[in-house]
Amino acid sequence: MKNRTSSSIPLAVQTLTKQDFTADQDVRWCPGCGDYSILAQTQRILPDLGIPKEDFVFISGIGCSSRFPYYMNTYGFHTIHGRAPTIASGVKAANPDLSVWVITGDGDALSIGGNHFIHLMRRNFDINMLLFNNRIYGLTKGQYSPTSEQGKKTYSTPMGSIDNPFNPISLALASGATFVARSLDRDPAHLRGVIKAAFEHKGTSFVEIYQNCNVYNDGAFFTYTEKETKADNTVFLEHDEPLVFGKDADKGICLNGFKPEVVSLTDGAHTPDALITHDQFAEDRTLAYFLSRMTEAPGLPHPIGIFRSVENPCYEGMMTEQINAAKEQMGEGDLEALLNAGDTWGVE
Amino acid sequence: MKKQKQLIEEATIMFASDSGGGSQIIGTQMTEASAIAGNDVATLPDYPAEIRAPAGSLAGISGFQLRFSSLTIHTPGDICDVLVAMNPAALKVNIDKLKPNGVLIVDIDNFAQRNLRLAGYNSNPLEDDSLTRFQVIPVELTRLTREALKDTDLTQREIDRCKNFYALGMVCWMYNRPMDYAFQWLKEKFATKPQYIEANTLALKAGNIYCEATEQFATSYEIKPAKFAPGKYRNIEGNMATALGLVAASQKAGLQLVYGSYPITPASTILHELARYRNFGVKTMQMEDEIAAVGVAIGAAFSGALGVTGSSGPGIALKAEAINLAMIAELPLVVCNIQRAGPSTGMPTKTEQADLLQMFYGRNGESPLPIIATSRPSDCFETVYEACRIAIKYMTPVIFMSDLYVAFGAEPWLIPKVSDLPAIDVDFPTDTDGFEPYLREEVTLARPWAIPGTPGLEHRIGGLEKADISGNVSYDPDNHEQMVHLRAEKVARIVEDIPPTEIFGESRAELLVLSWGGTYGAVRTAVEHKQAEGESVSHVHLRYLNPLPKDLGEVMKGFKRVLIPELNLGQLRQLIRAEYLIDAIGLNKIQGQPFHIFEVESKINELLRGDV
Ligand SMILES: Cc1ncc(C[n+]2csc(CCOP(=O)(O)OP(=O)(O)O)c2C)c(N)n1
Ligand code: SF4
Ligand SMILES: [Mg+2]
Repeated sequence: MKNRTSSSIPLAVQTLTKQDFTADQDVRWCPGCGDYSILAQTQRILPDLGIPKEDFVFISGIGCSSRFPYYMNTYGFHTIHGRAPTIASGVKAANPDLSVWVITGDGDALSIGGNHFIHLMRRNFDINMLLFNNRIYGLTKGQYSPTSEQGKKTYSTPMGSIDNPFNPISLALASGATFVARSLDRDPAHLRGVIKAAFEHKGTSFVEIYQNCNVYNDGAFFTYTEKETKADNTVFLEHDEPLVFGKDADKGICLNGFKPEVVSLTDGAHTPDALITHDQFAEDRTLAYFLSRMTEAPGLPHPIGIFRSVENPCYEGMMTEQINAAKEQMGEGDLEALLNAGDTWGVE
Repeated sequence: MKKQKQLIEEATIMFASDSGGGSQIIGTQMTEASAIAGNDVATLPDYPAEIRAPAGSLAGISGFQLRFSSLTIHTPGDICDVLVAMNPAALKVNIDKLKPNGVLIVDIDNFAQRNLRLAGYNSNPLEDDSLTRFQVIPVELTRLTREALKDTDLTQREIDRCKNFYALGMVCWMYNRPMDYAFQWLKEKFATKPQYIEANTLALKAGNIYCEATEQFATSYEIKPAKFAPGKYRNIEGNMATALGLVAASQKAGLQLVYGSYPITPASTILHELARYRNFGVKTMQMEDEIAAVGVAIGAAFSGALGVTGSSGPGIALKAEAINLAMIAELPLVVCNIQRAGPSTGMPTKTEQADLLQMFYGRNGESPLPIIATSRPSDCFETVYEACRIAIKYMTPVIFMSDLYVAFGAEPWLIPKVSDLPAIDVDFPTDTDGFEPYLREEVTLARPWAIPGTPGLEHRIGGLEKADISGNVSYDPDNHEQMVHLRAEKVARIVEDIPPTEIFGESRAELLVLSWGGTYGAVRTAVEHKQAEGESVSHVHLRYLNPLPKDLGEVMKGFKRVLIPELNLGQLRQLIRAEYLIDAIGLNKIQGQPFHIFEVESKINELLRGDV
């Protein structure tokens, strides 16, 4: 196995371009699908990450979103519905030097793969997960998903869905994820920044991406992505900055007890000092969790950006430590000795 | 008093008590002592379904059957010579396994009204006539143990927990077994609790001295060492041997071993065993469920490790979709199915071999997989090693089948030399010239194992149908049909690796008994007995189930009839009938228990007399 660190990057790596990450297969998403943008931003940012192309592995489940690896000229594995986190964990466990990415959808990650999702978050492998949340099952042609809003009418819910939706950010935080972020398919620069930050974070990085499915759930996120409404309905999280938003940066979020509240910055009653200052590096995840709940609260903007980014030991690193410790204590495994261990006797 | 010493060929003993009463421990001690003394041994632990059912209840009885012999044996015995029953429930559950005139040792201190009632006895069997066909030896085991340990600092509860070693001391006397092994074991086991070493050692010695002193025990027995092929031996349990086989295969192949699992009886002990081998670089991963467990093994295989997952029927059912993914992705993977009695949760602590058709057909689409099965504890090592070898050579998942009876049973194992183990060649391509992910090796049809991290070989695989050679997604009808045939052909070609079928007995005779899996011991012994009586019967035991050996059809033609004994309703029989159009006859038992030798023998008798 090769042992590469970012300090020993071969020169050739730095000259990679988006083209190098583009596979020769035709992209088969519907025209106008938000997935195109996510693919393009990923292909654009990968050359900047400073690792050789052959060390990237993209692993997906099943869904429109999960077609993604076929379009990346890297190692890729299009697996089975919901199980990509498990296969990615195996890839990373066996070879910690690889840069492992899970590509998944809201159904893939949170319905059939819900169990694997929470366990991936808590184990903290150094794996990056991009969840394309279109709040619908795209590939199976438009049934509601675990992120669809209650009351949503789809083919399988003609009278409206009666399920309560998941909030992926809250779920990831509650499961112990060490890096949690949200970005938008229609904000390329932000998306690239978040993908890069996810890559740079050591530990499991979870990125929810609001993705438009223009065929089965068109405009699900337009309030947060389109120019007219975006500024007043989103708040971009910046570390150590107060939570300010609005077209004219005229509104802020402060905490009233346990409740985030919108306050005006122009009425003279509030100054930026009174607002919540974002601390993405806080070890305690309470603040991040409060922020994630804003998504559900009527009248509050959706936070976009990095909710949490803390360094904790990684699963694969701790595994290696155990192996090294065992070798130190017991010596490098000797097969002949292992087979002959215990009480043995000879027969002439 | 003058004691007699009598030379005998073999003995079968059953220890039975409440679970937690230590039957498994003393059974294992007696097994090790007998193996080291040179006997052939075979064991059958019988675990209760409940971990700690109420003391004295029938549901909580744990038994350990042990047979040791101066001859070569293949089973733990149909019937016991000695039963050590620590309470009425232990007696009730096991008395049918004691032969007429067998020795029954009971702890009479435990035969109070309450315990009798719990065991469902209306009257005390020690006082009515129900046990007259046995040699009953009532012993005040509880009182005697307390007496022997009265000078220790232990509480009464702790003292009572030493009763099993008192009983072991008695049995050691009966069979002239040195107790050194047990002394040593106690020292290691209780290294941090010296008071327990002392107490159990005292109990052990007291039990031994008791037999020497009392007139209840007039005769002790001696069993000479068995004749073994020369070499070095150790006593081994099936699952332990399976774990060692996996480590050996990974070491010989020069690959990391990644074992993904989720606890389930009777597979868990493979996980426990492998978890101890971190110094071999073994990565055991206890996952959130069986699907995740096979998932990490598949991911590891994609990365170039030896990926293995282990479970039992219910867990294997959950893994089916992922195994199919590994099949179409053509990645090496070893899936261990340690069978237990089904269907559904079934009887988790009982044995059966009813998952064979599940392994053949339990996946959607045309999904051929090689299947091999182990036959006995000492065979697990070689068989699982072979599973790994085939998986890597042919780039395919391989199913390794074992069962609870084999997994928990123990017997002497001739330790192989590492240098004698078959080579496992691994080739990770690096040449980018003409590389295609599904370009096949000519003979084996294996595709290249190109692993992430290799410059220039970036490629994508997945569960969608592959175009031949390029591996790109393809919905082309002809390509699909061709790929289905190619995958089947690849598995079929494994037949070239299968050695000629070994026939035990004449190659032409009246009857062939054809078996697979854990029934080996009972079937082989039954056939041995019948052959010794001059009957025209032979035995073939299959390790390779898919593909079947290529000479099997010819072999079967040498016999007028074929009998297939199975612990299911005739699953191999169905396959054999379909494949060879042979009217094979079944002997089927589905009781969660292994075959008794006599059951197979009487079926052979019936068939040879022709009165079916
Ligand atoms: C075991 C299994 N069950 C069901 C399906 C059918 N299926 C494929 S994709 C999908 C839902 C995908 O939704 P999502 O993850 O949101 O992906 P999207 O298509 O929206 O990107 C379903 C139900 C399947 N492929 N496998
Ligand atoms: S169905 Fe929706 S999510 Fe799927 S490709 Fe089309 S637009 Fe995209
Ligand atoms: Mg979706």
